[in-house]
Amino acid sequence: MTAALLEVRGLKTHFPTSSGIARAVDGVSFTLERGEVLGLVGESGSGKSVTGFSLIGLVDEPGRIVDGEIRFEGRDLVGQPTKELRRIRGRDIAMVFQDPMMTLNPVLSIATQMHLALEAHEKIGKEEARQRSIEALARVGIPSPEGRIDSFPHQFSGGMRQRVAIAIALLHRPKLIIADEPTTALDVSIQAQILAEMKALVKEFGMAMIWISHDLATVSSIADRIAVMYAGRIVEAGPVGQVLRSPRHPYTQGLLDSLPTRTSPGEELAQIPGTTPSLINLPSGCAFAPRCARANAECAVIPEEVYEDARRFRCHHPLPERSTP
Amino acid sequence: MNLSASPFGRFVAEFTRNKTATVAAIVVLVIALLAILAPLVAQQDPYDLASLVLRDARRPPGYVGTSGIVHLLGTDSQGRDLLSAILYGLRISLQMGLLAGAIAFTIGAVVGCSAAYRGGRFEAVMMRIIDLQLSFPAILLAFVIAALLGQGTWQLIMALVFAQYAYFARTAHGAASAERHKDYVEAALSTPLSAGRVVLRHILPNSLPPLIVVATVQVASAISLEATLSFLGVGLPPTEPSLGMLISNGFQYLLSGRYWISMYPGVALIILIVSINLVGDQIRDQLNPRLKR
Amino acid sequence: MLGFIIQRLWQAVIVILAMSVLVFCGVYAVGNPIDVLISPDATQEIREQVIAQYGLDLPLWQQYFGFFQRMLHGDFGESFVYNMPVTTLILSRLPATFELVLFAVVGASVIGIPLGMYAGYKPESRTAKLIMGLSILGFSVPSFWIGLVLIMTFAVQLGWLPAGGRGETAELFGVDWSFLTLDGLKHMVLPAINLALFKLAMMIRLARAGTREIMLTDTIKFARAAGLSERTVLIRHVLRLIAIPLVTIFGLELGSTLAFAVVTETIFSWPGLGKLIIDSITSLDRPVMVAYLMMVALLFVVINFCVDLAYALLDPRLRRARA
Repeated sequence: MTAALLEVRGLKTHFPTSSGIARAVDGVSFTLERGEVLGLVGESGSGKSVTGFSLIGLVDEPGRIVDGEIRFEGRDLVGQPTKELRRIRGRDIAMVFQDPMMTLNPVLSIATQMHLALEAHEKIGKEEARQRSIEALARVGIPSPEGRIDSFPHQFSGGMRQRVAIAIALLHRPKLIIADEPTTALDVSIQAQILAEMKALVKEFGMAMIWISHDLATVSSIADRIAVMYAGRIVEAGPVGQVLRSPRHPYTQGLLDSLPTRTSPGEELAQIPGTTPSLINLPSGCAFAPRCARANAECAVIPEEVYEDARRFRCHHPLPERSTP
Repeated sequence: MNLSASPFGRFVAEFTRNKTATVAAIVVLVIALLAILAPLVAQQDPYDLASLVLRDARRPPGYVGTSGIVHLLGTDSQGRDLLSAILYGLRISLQMGLLAGAIAFTIGAVVGCSAAYRGGRFEAVMMRIIDLQLSFPAILLAFVIAALLGQGTWQLIMALVFAQYAYFARTAHGAASAERHKDYVEAALSTPLSAGRVVLRHILPNSLPPLIVVATVQVASAISLEATLSFLGVGLPPTEPSLGMLISNGFQYLLSGRYWISMYPGVALIILIVSINLVGDQIRDQLNPRLKR
Repeated sequence: MLGFIIQRLWQAVIVILAMSVLVFCGVYAVGNPIDVLISPDATQEIREQVIAQYGLDLPLWQQYFGFFQRMLHGDFGESFVYNMPVTTLILSRLPATFELVLFAVVGASVIGIPLGMYAGYKPESRTAKLIMGLSILGFSVPSFWIGLVLIMTFAVQLGWLPAGGRGETAELFGVDWSFLTLDGLKHMVLPAINLALFKLAMMIRLARAGTREIMLTDTIKFARAAGLSERTVLIRHVLRLIAIPLVTIFGLELGSTLAFAVVTETIFSWPGLGKLIIDSITSLDRPVMVAYLMMVALLFVVINFCVDLAYALLDPRLRRARA
């Protein structure tokens, strides 16, 4: 049996702060096959972005991966020297960020930025780099790339800028792309375009993708599998259809209930009561218990992971499985 | 009293976490105290001509004078005890720095806040003038004004104020115009409160933190400017011997190896300025929300 | 772009006009140059003759217009002290100041920017803290005192370098330069270091602050995520981003130092402009003072203009807005 493309086991990324240790990621495990799209869902502060950055070893100071392993093509990336990680970044694992206004360098032309990204992993002449860049821009749907490659980021619209960022991420045809809320900062109509574009590109290149988002709707349309994060842990994971149709964890149910599409017009949107807990003073048991209607004394102990077929969840009082209609 | 309860208490608590800044703050306080108490602390009134003995002039550190005084830092060209002269000099330097700083602060805050408050043409013209003035180095402005006005305490203070008010004005303007357009100020302006009251009660207090930061830096730079001008001979009259003048007086003896006459007043000056700047740095870091994570 | 240039030129003319009035009135208020011009025991007749000769008996506004007309022709009159045209006098002193300042500011930038970037890149490291400590010192210590220490250490105690003067000069383009001879260079080392230290401290601080802020941005994260080496990130991304404020400061500093190397030139008896202005103020040499101040004003207007242009060239966002 060949190893999965990515296998994350017990990943813990902590941030020591003056008021205590913030456990942003606290024991996350998941597997990703080649060509598979995983939707990583959660509220802001749930640790989903930190998980993404941990994978390529770019956790902000003073954060550290304190435990766990990240096996990429069988090789553990945790503890690899920066030089090794740098060789993987951009070539094997690429990343796209949330806000295209902030990611591209405003004072360098697109051509220069793409040239730098190419040079990072191969010896390449100016002309060849330019040619490759133009092709990459064309692939992500930028009209007349020959004319636009010498432009600066501010001369593009938000959606176009995100396409440029995607083009840069895809330059080396990575095996895995981590997309950290790449559509959140865009207009709704553009969001749909970028989403469709990404979907097509992933298929075309046979890339695996981790799509990080707080938006269940976009995740459901792009992901094969979904992992729901809460307070640094994955509380539920499984094939996207099954999880969304019949969530077992009350938190997933809460997220689904707060979607406008699930409510009839005029009806009030459901909310999850309470707020996300501070990552420094997490409740000792299930972190969701204080906000959970089903919680009881049992929830003071962290629930073990329950595996059911392709699915898993962490809950003492899972919701009953709904039979498929 | 629970210190961490009040905003000031929290500020102090955060400040003391930086050891360098804390030491610097203590140094500033000690120097200020020494300067205030100079007549009591100094073993000699360096400007009581009767007590000076010419035979004691230009003696190295540790020399025991005719009157039995041990001159720890030596004596200057007229036989003054250098340590006493430095203490009196610190007094004058601090006085000048604080006075000039306070006046520049007041003028700058008024100009900046009222420009932000009035807006329109007045604001545009005032800020243009201030920007223009800021593009000239402060020391050049101070030097020219001091040269034009001639020697004298108030002339020098005017020169320092003229060179420095623009920094306060721009800072006050920046903070105040950000504040001016906030809803609560707009609301206060729509009530029949007088405009002056709005500026005083609402705009000014909110512009204070950045102004305080500028003030620490500017007091230090006023002291340094004053010393430089006195060194160049356009500063204080010889009757008001600041540190700058002591250094200047010793300059001619430097080449003949009598280093202490210039050196020790200079060391005192530097300790003072560096300490004030370190304190200012820490205050700035603490008040700068951009560096907070 | 053209509209921007015209607007700036218009502003420059107004500034120069305003400065000429201010400077003329200001300098007029200082002392009585007659006392300098004539020996105290001269007869009343000679006094009046000299006064009339320099036009000092005319009303102030007439003196101003005379001055303004002549200024437009580049004529600032004759120095009372040196008995030579002021323009010639100033031009003869300019190269000495210019070479000194250029060495100091370029040196400060070349050393200061990398140090500052390092301090901003690894703000918690020991080296960074040491760099910042030094820069606070460089900022705080008045430059005249540093000059004294330099002389004391390297000229008096060690005897390695001369304490003052310009040393031997060599001619290039009809102007005498110190940097062309070994002896001249030796004379330049101490004053150039003296001038550079403050600029160095400033460059370090600016580069550090800029780097520190930029290192936290998504731009840098994205560049790193693309696998760029730290070296490339720093040189190609960060340096380009902090270049804009740095170029401004570089320009302003070049100008302010040109105008005000007074302290250093006085200490090291460097026969440049700064020493000239100090001497002219103490001797009430009015035409020199006026001409110097006007030149400084002009210099600043020109430099500010160039800095704005450089800004427009370095920042593509502005380039488009003004095109």
